Amino acid sequence: MRPGDTTQFAWRSLEGSPTRTLLMVLAMSIGVAAVVVLTSLGEGARRYVRNEFESLGTNLIIVVPGHTETLGGTGGMISGRTARDLTLEDALALRRIRGIEHVAPLNIAEAEVSARGRRRNVPVAGSTSEVRFIWGLTVVSGQFLPPQDPRNAAPVCVIGSTVRRELFGNSSPLGDYLRLGDRRFRVIGTLAPKGEFAGVNMDEMVFIPVASAQALFNLHSLLRIGVMARTREDIRHVPQQIKRVLRERHGGEEDVTVLTEDAVSSAFDRILVALTLALGGIAAISLSVAGILIMNVMLIAVTQRTNEIGLLKALGASPGQIRMLFFVEAALLSAVGAAVGSVLGQAGSFVIRQIYPAVPAHAPVWAAIAALLVSLATGIAFSVLPARRAAALEPAAALARR
Amino acid sequence: MISMTNISRHFTVGDEEVRALHDVTLRIEHGEYVSIMGPSGSGKSTLLNILGLLDRPSAGSYEIDGKDVTGLNDQQQSQVRREKIGFVFQFFHLVPRLSAEENVELPLVLAGVAPDERKPLVARLLSEFGIARRARHRPDQLSGGERQRVAIARAMVMRPAAILADEPTGNLDQTTGKEVIHLLEELNARGMTLIMVTHDVALGSRARRLIRTLDGRVHSDDANPS
Repeated sequence: MRPGDTTQFAWRSLEGSPTRTLLMVLAMSIGVAAVVVLTSLGEGARRYVRNEFESLGTNLIIVVPGHTETLGGTGGMISGRTARDLTLEDALALRRIRGIEHVAPLNIAEAEVSARGRRRNVPVAGSTSEVRFIWGLTVVSGQFLPPQDPRNAAPVCVIGSTVRRELFGNSSPLGDYLRLGDRRFRVIGTLAPKGEFAGVNMDEMVFIPVASAQALFNLHSLLRIGVMARTREDIRHVPQQIKRVLRERHGGEEDVTVLTEDAVSSAFDRILVALTLALGGIAAISLSVAGILIMNVMLIAVTQRTNEIGLLKALGASPGQIRMLFFVEAALLSAVGAAVGSVLGQAGSFVIRQIYPAVPAHAPVWAAIAALLVSLATGIAFSVLPARRAAALEPAAALARR
Repeated sequence: MISMTNISRHFTVGDEEVRALHDVTLRIEHGEYVSIMGPSGSGKSTLLNILGLLDRPSAGSYEIDGKDVTGLNDQQQSQVRREKIGFVFQFFHLVPRLSAEENVELPLVLAGVAPDERKPLVARLLSEFGIARRARHRPDQLSGGERQRVAIARAMVMRPAAILADEPTGNLDQTTGKEVIHLLEELNARGMTLIMVTHDVALGSRARRLIRTLDGRVHSDDANPS
């Protein structure tokens, strides 16, 4: 029997009993959809957490003043000794370390901003041109803080999209002045909307040169230093180098904490991968239930079609052909069910993404493929018994049954 | 040429052994027209099933064209059925979801014949049997006589050596029954071996050879003088 004919025959017998076919496809598709939706939820949660970590920046290292043994501690507060402040000079010293791509000294403070008679309280970030790379900021008009000597307190600023809209409306703010505290800053650039990032709404920020910020807020220290390593590999050795350089500068005292996102985020990553697998496993149970249902219905089909099987045998169908017909029938059912289920699953993930935009619920590729393969495999595996039973029927007895 | 030697078929029903066929020896030449008659339970259907390789004898040997087929496995037997034997049943046994032409095509499909070769063969048989215009109808849209003609076309499509007919008119009215018999006899006249089981005496006595079964044995085996 030709493969095309086998498939067609199996297809016709599925068409011949639409209700049965519909129910089996439904069962299989619910199983597949469950796998897709649940794994996409797990994967979405994983990516959500990951994004939160990555919003700290890629390859990002953060240097904060104060020594602490544990990550994310309170810095110098509990060390019992007043830590030496981080200074602009410290930040500049880090530039010489190999494997460091960008260094951005940073101060953030709240200030009242006013322009064109409107005023607002906004977070003001004092930094250098390089903070743009560390925070992944995009300039839509004008330019970012110019790359110049960080000690130079230029009266220029770059504003986030919300600040721009609320202070300047639809007109271009470039070249215009805004007032921060008692100083005037010329707007040289505006940023694309970015939203929440590293716990701060970037769109509400005003960026000024770090020296200007220190003068404005009367500070001599830095809140922290953001460092971007050149590659993922550099992240391994760069923290030691930073500690060494700063220890030398701080009179042999290790009074800074160097944070990398890597350690924490990979632990979370592992937990969430395990969670996704567990969800996938639970969903796989529904797939096997669908498989058992297919087996049941196929067994009933064998009983209902005893006569036809007897006829096919009388017409010269070999046991192998009969088995193949039932296999293909089950495989077609599973394939259609899997296809429908995939679509349903993707639709489900889509709905989840609409309801919780923060959770990027996309089924991982492996899960989508595994769901398809597993459903095909269960469909075929659970059709072995019915197919064998059909093939083993005695033709004379099968024909006599009515 | 069909040759049965000391064929027996026993069933075990509960504790009881039923001898459906007992020690039957039979030889049927190419082109013969044989009817097998006998009361219910006399073993005539079992005999036909064994002749058609639909059932295996408990003992004895069975040869088709000089080749022993009793020892063949299921796979090999199905090939013999496919190539040498055409079946016509009392209840037609058409596949309800397939059209008339698809039903006729079925043995060719099972044999793996290419679609291009199948279509003309099927079309020719259908027109020969006067059911060409009903080719696309499903069995439930056909009359009894038409259904049986489709079934005979299906039995003929592989050009078998013999046709085994089990009460081919049993489910038809007299007129259509007669038409179907004429069709079968015409095929026999062209050299096809025709073996027919019936309990209809008028029908059975049309055959040139009449085998009567009784209690699982061949009771009589006569050339029909008429």
